[in-house]
Amino acid sequence: MAETKPPPLPASSVVPASIGVRVLFFASLADLMGGRRRSIDLPAGATVADAVERLAREAPELAARAGHVSFAVNQVFVPTDSPLADGDELALIPPVSGG
Amino acid sequence: MIVELASDPIDVARLIAHVTRPSNGGICTFLGVVRDNAEGRPVVKLGYEAYEPMALSQMRAVVDEAMERWGLDSVALSHRTGELQIGEASVAIAVGAPHRAEAFEACRFIIDTLKTRVPIWKKEFFQDGAVWVEPVSSQSPSS
Repeated sequence: MAETKPPPLPASSVVPASIGVRVLFFASLADLMGGRRRSIDLPAGATVADAVERLAREAPELAARAGHVSFAVNQVFVPTDSPLADGDELALIPPVSGG
Repeated sequence: MIVELASDPIDVARLIAHVTRPSNGGICTFLGVVRDNAEGRPVVKLGYEAYEPMALSQMRAVVDEAMERWGLDSVALSHRTGELQIGEASVAIAVGAPHRAEAFEACRFIIDTLKTRVPIWKKEFFQDGAVWVEPVSSQSPSS
């Protein structure tokens, strides 16, 4: 007979009040931001768009360029309304020019 | 499959050898080579920067897609990073296929797709400055 286990805690109860995200900048965005990486703290539930808004406070030009930037979380392309989690790596990817 | 980022010159013969198999009757190669001008303005050298782990995973995804679409089992793709001089190959592709049509088409697909979705950037160095090349297109990789 199967043991009766207590139900798992709802996920929301283990979400911290704020999350830490490592942000990576490449090519002209690294020049604009004055470096290739930055760690930022955001409220739990923040999205990629929220992270961009935060970064654009220091570099207003970023807001103007965001329409031509793609975003990757943990090396996978995502839309701007994607939620971020503690420890995520968010990359701001300007238009690519390999080849 | 060879998929790699390389800081040293690409050994194209190695890529060709990788796709040379008894069942392949056609091998198509493509080299992207550093040109001495950008729309007429003299270029002295290029620099390539990559988001390396993601560039590799995207390069693998592009090659996987080509192999699936054309039913291939032998593809090699190498892209340089760092500083390159005029005439050096920045990217090399070798595709082996039973017949030439698939080899040509898959090779073309790989270079065209790489240019739209692999996170690698080129910096053009001129006599009097340098610019990142960031072609603005209507389609973003995440759309």
